[in-house]
Order: sequence, then C-alpha cells, then structure tokens
Amino acid sequence: MGRYIIRRLLQAIPMLFILSIVLFMLVNVAPGDPVTAVSGQRPRPQARERIKRQFGLDKPLPVQYVIWLIGNDWMRLDLDGDGIAESRGQRKGVLRLDFGFSFQTREQVTHEISDRFLNTAYLMVATLVVVIILAIPIGIISAVKQYSIFDIAVTTFSFVGQAIPEFWLGLILILVFYTWLNNPFTGEPLLPPGGMQTLGASFSIWDRVKHLILPVTMGMVGWVAWYSRFLRSSMLDVLHMDYVRTARAKGLVERVVLYRHALKNAAIPLVTMFALDLPYIFAGSLYVELLFSWPGMGRLYYQSAQNRDYPVLLAILIIGSAIMIFANLLADIAYAFLDPRVRYG
Amino acid sequence: MKQTPHNLSKQGADDWAKLGKRPPEGMASMVWRRFRRHPGAMAGSIVLIILVLSVFLASFSPYDPEKSNMPDLKLPPLPRHPFGTDLLGRDMLTRVLYGGRISLTVGLLVVTITLAIGVPVGAVSGYFGGRVDNVLMRITDAALSLPALMVLILLSAILREIELPIFERNNVVTIAVVIGSLSWMTVARLVRASFLTIREMDFISAARCVGVSNSRIMVRHILPNAVGPIIVESTLELGYAIMEEAGLSFLGFGIQPPTPSWGNLLNYAQAHLTRHPWLAIFPGLMIFLAIISINYIGDGLRDAFDPFKVLEKTGEP
Repeated sequence: MGRYIIRRLLQAIPMLFILSIVLFMLVNVAPGDPVTAVSGQRPRPQARERIKRQFGLDKPLPVQYVIWLIGNDWMRLDLDGDGIAESRGQRKGVLRLDFGFSFQTREQVTHEISDRFLNTAYLMVATLVVVIILAIPIGIISAVKQYSIFDIAVTTFSFVGQAIPEFWLGLILILVFYTWLNNPFTGEPLLPPGGMQTLGASFSIWDRVKHLILPVTMGMVGWVAWYSRFLRSSMLDVLHMDYVRTARAKGLVERVVLYRHALKNAAIPLVTMFALDLPYIFAGSLYVELLFSWPGMGRLYYQSAQNRDYPVLLAILIIGSAIMIFANLLADIAYAFLDPRVRYG
Repeated sequence: MKQTPHNLSKQGADDWAKLGKRPPEGMASMVWRRFRRHPGAMAGSIVLIILVLSVFLASFSPYDPEKSNMPDLKLPPLPRHPFGTDLLGRDMLTRVLYGGRISLTVGLLVVTITLAIGVPVGAVSGYFGGRVDNVLMRITDAALSLPALMVLILLSAILREIELPIFERNNVVTIAVVIGSLSWMTVARLVRASFLTIREMDFISAARCVGVSNSRIMVRHILPNAVGPIIVESTLELGYAIMEEAGLSFLGFGIQPPTPSWGNLLNYAQAHLTRHPWLAIFPGLMIFLAIISINYIGDGLRDAFDPFKVLEKTGEP
C-alpha cells in the first residue's frame, strides 16, 4: 500500500510538469499583450520596452518558462536596457513556491491567492457539508423505499437538479430572495445578494450564515441531485447481494443490515466518486463566486482572464491541475483502502 | 455478451422462415422497442422534437432577432410578445429561439468533434494495445487532468481576440472546437474499453484467420458492437456541451452579442435582473428544458442498450 502510494505520487510529478509546459505556452501565446492591459492605454514604445523588461517578457518563451519554474535570482538582468546586465533577479520560481508578481496589482501572486483560496475553501466546505447531509439520507431512503412516492419524487428531482444551469439557478435565487421577498419585520430584502458579510459590520455568525445561504443553495443543488441518485443506485445494487440476504436471514435488525452491511459497501463507489468530483466542485464555485461577488479563486481567475494577468492565471491553472491530479490519486487510494478485494502491487 | 446478427440478409430471413422460426431481433428494433417503454425518454424525445422544430421555425417570426425596435422597449410578457422584449425592444421569444439554434448547433458540433477525436483514439488504443495504447492513454490522462472550465475560459479568452478565417471572434465553430477539444477523453476511454473486450472474442479471431485487415476488423467487426455505449455517451455529451456553451457565453467568453445564444442572453439579463426579470427567466428555462429532455433520452437509451438490464416496471427482458 505504502509503495503503491509512493509510486503514484512519483508518476504524478512528470504529469504536472508536462501540464505546466502546456499551460505556460497556452497562456503566453495569447494575443494582445499584457503591457496594454497593465498600463491602461497604449504606452509609448520606450515605456512598453521598459515594462516588458521588468516583467521579463522580452526573453524568448522557453527562457521565460525556465525563469518561471526555477527563478532568476542566479542570473543578472539588464533592466535599464543599456546592454549591461546589472541587477540581480528577484524571482525564486514556482518550484520554490514563488509564482511571480501580478501584472495588475504588482503584488506577490502567492500572497494574492492565499486569501482568495481560503475564501473559496470556506464556501466549498460549507457547500460540501450541506451536500453530504442532504444527499446521503435521501439516497438511502429512496433506495430502501424503491418506487414509493418519495422515491419517485427524488428520482425526478435528481433529473431536474442536474439539468438546471447553475448560473441560472443563482439568478433566480437572487430574484426571489433579494428582489421579491422582504423581511416582514424590517422591510429589508430577505437575504443579501452577495459578499461574505455585511460591509462595515462587526463579525456575527448569523450575518455570515445569511450570506452563505444563497451561494450554498446555488452550489449544492446539482451535487445533491447527482449524489443522491448515485447512492440510490449503488444501494440498490448492494441490497440485492447475497450477504445482505444472509444478514437478514441471521435475524439481524433491519437497521444493522442497512447501515452496517449495505451502506458500508454502497459507500465505496461514492467515496471514490466524491474524490474524483472534488476538482469539479472547486471549479464550479466560479459561477457562484461571480454571481455573489464572493472574493474567491474563481472570481480572481475570471478577472485575471479579462485583464490578461498571466502570472495569476498560470498560478491558478497549475493549482487547479495539481488538485485534479491529487484528486485522482486520492480516489484510487481510497478505493484500495476501503475495498479489501482491491490490492495493488 | 450475446451477439445478435443485425445485418441479416433477405436470404437469411428466408432460411429462418423455412425453419418455422422468427429471425432473431435486430439490435435497432430491440433498442427501439425498449426505448419506447421508458416514459421519461419518450417524454424527453417529444419535448426535444418540439424544441428543435420551434427553433427551426424561428425564421417565420415577424420580429428581427438583432435589430432594435424602438416603440416596444422593455415590455413584460404579453400576448404580442410572449417572452417580453429587451432594452432595445427586440422580441425575446424570437431571440431565445435564434439563441436555441446557436446553442443546439454548438452542441451537435461538439458531439461530432468529440466522436471524431475520441472514437479513433480509443479504437487504436484498445485494438493495438502496447506502446501506442500507453502513449495515447497518457495523453488522455493529461487532458483529463486539466481543470476543464478554467482552460475553456482561457482558450476562449485567447480566441476572442483572434480573427481567423473560420474561427472569427468566438463564433459557433470556435466555441465548438474549444469545448470539443476538452471533452473527447471520456469517449476515448469508453471506446478503448469496448475494443479491449471485443477484440478478445472468437469472431474477431475468426475474422483475423480469414485474413481480414486490421482497419476492416476495427470498423466493420468491432465498432458496430461497441456502438451502444458510444450513442449513450454522445447523448449525454450533447447535454454537457449545451451547458458548457451556455456557461461560457454567460461569462462573456462564449458566443459574442449581438448573435444571441442562451448563455449570452442570460449574461445580458444579469444586469437588468431586478427590473426586467423576464429577460433572465426564459433563456434559462429553455436551457433547462433542452438538457433535462436530453438527459432523459440518454437514460432511456442506456437502459435500452444494456442487455443485462431488465426493464424496471414491466420486468420485460
């Protein structure tokens, strides 16, 4: 098991390396240069040259990649353009966790991203908790009471939930809970249309929760639909197994049969699927963050794509790919760990 | 898996008649018979047919989808404008239907591209195995490890600036190519898996013994037997593609206005949500209807193609 994990980790490294080259090239072949985006209007040629030198955009692409990867503090740069390399490079490179400076804010990308990452994580954890709390009981009940009215309602809901465009759901939620419905006591809109908390107000849990309700609802519907359906079908598979019949024949209480014998096995594919879906949940938060002006990674990515802020774009893409690869790894390991029949050499 | 010959000649049918038996049912007729029994799939088909028809009939609308019409600004839904009008007085029903054309076209193009890349990659990989398989599957893995939505945004942000002969500023083809280039992997893996199983079967060895060429074995002997999962996956892919196009256009990176698509209609509606909510409600409803009917059709096809699946309600094989 330990060796398997190490082998998979070692395989992930070249993959990430190749992806980083592909993504770096993609980001940098983009037409329209960041210089225009940075300086607002069209800069004069000299200014343009200077900005390019400062950002290291004057070098050929492969060199730019190497600098991006391992930094340039081991070489001297010609920043004033007189042909003499006079100043020492400042960048440490991605391998030493330095993603360079944002073209837009001229701040460290790492610094720029870390806050945003926490905000996204906060939103995601809240969403995931709600998804798990809702999907698991729904899936179990509708499998146990197959073809009951509840089951039919759940199956229909799972189709509806998966077909609703997330961004449209968000718009409708804002429309209903912000525009149309008012708090009967204060006459204010029932729920806030965006942000993580009321600006200028002191921290209060209720205020935080109020700001979470709509974004979490928007983010969870599709996933609850998907997981309750998934768990329902894997529960149904398991409930027809011989060992469940044996458990019943032994005279075990139905509750024990369901939770100890059936659910434990039905949950194995669910856990794997969950691990595989993590990056998609992460990516899906982009729509939520945009609609509800949530200061997270997705919104930062969107803004950077609009502004051609290459270093930020690349950093988020690389982090996204790393999460993807890690999630795949996690799924395989979870599978091997949970199902004793699966053994890898 | 039981093999049913589905290209029975007339001669073959006569032979069965001589034996006093009905010829075995072909695959298409079996699938259709089982598909018909799936209420969701049938309802989905009907809704989708109506959608497609109305999208085609959009040309008969008395209103122009792109030209502004000053007297009729911002009308809420009324009999004359069932979906209301937008801030330039354009009839929303007409725009939504024209948008549907764009969205459905993008969806179909994406499915075509997905199949055009995914089927050959999967077929070659599964049939030849070995080093070819290894290389192709590593590429597939790499593509699957990309954060899809973000790369989609990046690619369409890049292409939005480019004027190429066919890929002019994020038109239908550009968006379809962008989405398609990131969604062939599932099909490739699926086709590879089917080819891996089927190539070990006796009838393939038999074909090889008579000297049938590799390419002919792949196209004529294996592919027809792998067609079920491919069709099911393509149906679901159509739904994903429509959703992805809508998402991209909603973010402003997809189809560019004034050409309407379901996604950019929603993008436009976002700014006027409070005062003119009908602008947001109808395009989203259309996306929802299209995708739910496609998903039901996919579900029905999956059950219909699965030889081990006993239909739930009827208990019929």
